Parts: sequence; structure tokens; C-alpha cells
Amino acid sequence: MTSSNASSQEPGDTLAIDDDFDPDLLPLGDIRRYPNHRPLDCGQRAFLAVGSGVACLAAPWRDDMISAFGETTGEWALRRLRDDMLANEEGRRILAERPRIRTVEGGGSIDLEALRRLPEGSLGRAYADFLDRYGYSPDHRRTVCFVDDPELAYVMQRYREIHDLNHVLLGQGTDFLGEVVVKWFEAFQTGLPMCVTGAFLGSLRLRPKQTRRYLQEGGYLAYALRTGSDADLTINYYFERNWHQPLAEVRQQLRIEEPPNLK
Amino acid sequence: FIPKMQCRQLLRCISRSPATSSSSCFGVARRQIHQPGGFDTSFGFEEVEPGQKQDRVNQVFNRVSNSYDVMNDLMSAGLHRCWKRRFVASANPRPGWRVVDVAGGTGDIALGLLEWSRKLPGRAPPPVRVAPGDGSVDSFREAAERQTAAAEAEAPAGCTVSVVDPSPSMMQVGSAKASAKGSTFASSIQWLEGRAESLPLDEASSDLYTIAFGMRNCTDLPGVLREAHRVLKPYGRFACLEFCSVENPLLSILYDEYSFRVIPPMGLLVAGDWDSYEYLVESIRRFPHQTLFANMMREAGFSAVNYEVLWPGVCCIHSGYKLPSVK
Repeated sequence: MTSSNASSQEPGDTLAIDDDFDPDLLPLGDIRRYPNHRPLDCGQRAFLAVGSGVACLAAPWRDDMISAFGETTGEWALRRLRDDMLANEEGRRILAERPRIRTVEGGGSIDLEALRRLPEGSLGRAYADFLDRYGYSPDHRRTVCFVDDPELAYVMQRYREIHDLNHVLLGQGTDFLGEVVVKWFEAFQTGLPMCVTGAFLGSLRLRPKQTRRYLQEGGYLAYALRTGSDADLTINYYFERNWHQPLAEVRQQLRIEEPPNLK
Repeated sequence: FIPKMQCRQLLRCISRSPATSSSSCFGVARRQIHQPGGFDTSFGFEEVEPGQKQDRVNQVFNRVSNSYDVMNDLMSAGLHRCWKRRFVASANPRPGWRVVDVAGGTGDIALGLLEWSRKLPGRAPPPVRVAPGDGSVDSFREAAERQTAAAEAEAPAGCTVSVVDPSPSMMQVGSAKASAKGSTFASSIQWLEGRAESLPLDEASSDLYTIAFGMRNCTDLPGVLREAHRVLKPYGRFACLEFCSVENPLLSILYDEYSFRVIPPMGLLVAGDWDSYEYLVESIRRFPHQTLFANMMREAGFSAVNYEVLWPGVCCIHSGYKLPSVK
């Protein structure tokens, strides 16, 4: 169970994205602003944006290309998202403390065993069940490297880490249809070009039965669009302090509808 | 308008001592530290212990082996094929020679050498004998094919190549290519795992020693050259194809910008590996100047040392002969 101190920044924590990282201690000419930062100039950024976009379509199993595409094209959307976070009290707290969703072994504060022991129907238990069902771990997420501003890099990292939690909140699995629904939701919430293109192009590749469930009256597309525009920003929700909350209450608080059951 | 990051970098350029410099102030910074001594052990621009460097280099090549050839084509826009063909022509292996190709993992040079030596006169192909059959066209064709295959399988013309490479995964790619070309090619090539500083070959066993784009990855250049001198027979030839210092100033600027800005992102897109390709371009910059390398070859005992710069001026072929020692 995570304690009230949700910060995962120990000294020497290589996962930290913080502005205590002193660039003047780096060798000459090294302009990195946080660990794992890879500065790009305009030409490289454009080249990587286009190239990774093509690679995402041609080789969708390459998650490093999806990450690169999101990071190289997301500057404007991240800025807007960061301003939305600053306008919200809990979002400000998250920006100040910069909690990371990683397991204790991976340097974070998530204790999966404790989450599994939580009562049925709680947020933490639902998250642990989701991870176990698909064999995921929060440590699998790549660290942001192509965003220059450390705060925007943290926002991008936070967005990436709550993607699985968005799955849990929307009650969607990781099949293609579930991913498209979550991507529409995230597209509305964050405005990231990666989410918009991913949702749109992904929906073109659905199988016929999935497409029917997707497009029908009261189907998944309607649900995704409605929820995306009505719900509060999930990036502003301090998940690490609320594992014990019942999932239904969390959904109510964030104004997320219960997902349709069209099986 | 200059963004904050570049401002900080510009200030650093101005305030530090002139002994160190970083090029391209308004682009991505590169740590270019000029060492007066020339070459010392460095992993790209990162300083590492000599023992560690070999491991790091092995890791790089194990990671990029699958996309190595594709990346070569993309990075050089296909020019590397012209360079290698010119290298094989200048090495000129004769039929019956024993060649050692060092750091030749994916087999480009080995296959090129075999093809070249087979085209040279030295062995006439046997005539196709008409076998008894039912007289139909198909049986004649089958018989002809069987005979040519048998004749080629006996003892193919050309040289034999021993490829020595520290990376097994690179050699796997190479042997797959050799098998795809034909069983005779595959049988003329021997794949040995080993380092250039200590070749698993006997003294004076080779007529020709080739190394293409591998010298810059070696930890101990004088040691590699001494070892090359050891395994060559008297009057044996040493040939090294490697990237060199670019003399033309305009080309040098374009080449630097292209190497440092375009190649690592391309490596990320195609091979999924930015760091390995950054290492590869940095290791090129740390290689000694072509005249300095020629002197190193003379010190190792080679005679008639010469180098030839290939178009457009980014790589050159060093060659030398081992004369029999005067007793």
C-alpha cells in the first residue's frame, strides 16, 4: 500500500525527471536537462516525427516508434495539458511532487502485492487485476527522452503511466477495440496528435464484428466521444493516494460513465 | 530569437578554455575533445577502459546485426557497395590464395573476394557431358544441371576465405547470405570467432589480409597491425578499407552535419538503436589521420605502404606488403 508520501525521488534516482538535475555538472557541450534526455534540433525533430509516424503505421508493434511519435509531435498539446494541470489543485500537487507509477523494485512506490490484497471493487484491486490479466508491469513504460522542457517531459511521462489506469477506469481491455476507445478518450483529454491519429487510424483497422459494436447506437464510439468530452482530466487524479477508493466512486468523481456492456 | 537551451550552450562555448571546443553551437552539441597524441582507447567520445571497450563494441554489433546491411545502404545511399567493390578489385585475390578477412561479420567482403577470384583465369569449367536418358528435353536439362552442380562441388575455383569476427550474430547473418548465394560459396568460407589482436590462425598462413570498416572498432591498433604482419606469408598483402579524415572543407562540414544529426535518428527509426549509431559515427572521428595510420603500418613492418582515397573523400584504402625478413 503506498504511503502518503507518494514521491519516488530518492537521491541518485535515475528515473527522476526533475530540475534538481544540474546541467552544469555535465561535461562541456552536454545540454541534457534530465536523465535520458536526448536533445533534438529542428531538422532532427521533423525527421523523427515523420519517420516515426511512418514506422507506426508500417510496424505498429514497435512501441519505441509510438513513443517517439508522441514525444516529437506533442509539444503544443503538452503545454496546454500542463496549464490545465496548473489550474487544478490536485494537478498542481502532482506537478510539484512528480510521483511516478512504477513498482518498488523499479524505483517507484507501487506495491503490487498490497494492491492485490485490497477489497474487490476498489481502484487498486481493479488495477492489479488488469495488470495480472494481461501480464503487464508498470515498469514496462519507456522513459520520455525527446521532450526538451523537464516539466513537459514529466507531463508526458505521467500521461504514459496512467494509460493503463485509463483502461481500468473505462473498463476496456487491450484488444484493438478497447485501445481505440481509450485512445479517443485520451485524444479528447490531452489533445496529443499521437492519440488523435492513433484513434482515427486504429478505428479503420477494426474487424467487422468490432466495427458493428463500435458504430452502433449506444456503442463504443458514442461512449468514447461522450465520456472524453464530459469527464474530468484523469491526469489530475492522484491515483497513488486513492487505491482504496471503490472504482464506482472514482468514476463518479471523475464523471466517467459506466462502460456499455455489448458482449 | 535563440532558445534558452542554446543560450546556455553558447555561454559555455565562450567561457571555457580554448583547449576544448564544441562544434555547431546552434545545433546539437558534440563533445569533441582534441587529443594531441592521436588515438587512444575511446568508446566514441566516452572514455572507457580498454578491457571494457571490446565488450561495449561487441554489444553494439550484436544489437545491430539484423539491420546492419540495410542501415549501410541507407546511410551511404548505396555508396558502400561501390567502395567495397573497389576494395576487392584493389586487393585482387588470385585463385588458390588463402585470404583472411577480419571484422567481416556480414560477409560482404568475403563474398566479393570469392566472386572476384572465380572470374580470374586459373581453372576452366569442365564440359557438360550428355547423360543417357529417355531423350526428352527435361531429362537432358536435369542431367546438365546435376553435372554442373557436381563439378562445382568438387573443388570450386577461386580463393578460400577465413572470416574472423568477434560477434557471432554478425557472422550468422553472413553465413546465411553465403548459403543463399550457393553451397560452393558457403563451403569456401570459414567463419571463426576471434579478435583482430589475436587471430586464431597460424603464422605465415595467408596470402592476403583484408579488413573493411573494422579497424576503428579495434582496441589496440599497433597490436592488430603486428598480428596482421604475423599471419601474412612473405610477399603477402595487407589491405584496409576505413573511413578517413576528410580533406575538403566543404565536404567536411556537410559530412559532419550528416553524420551527427541524421544518422543516429535514422538508426533509431530503422534499427531501434540511437546509441549504437552515435557510437559508430563518433568512432570514425577518433580514428587516426590517413598519414598517421600509414606510419603505424610502417612501424609494424609493412613495406611499400600506400593509401588511396576513394570518391567522395570520406574513406580510403591502405595497403602494404610483408617482405621476407632478411636473416
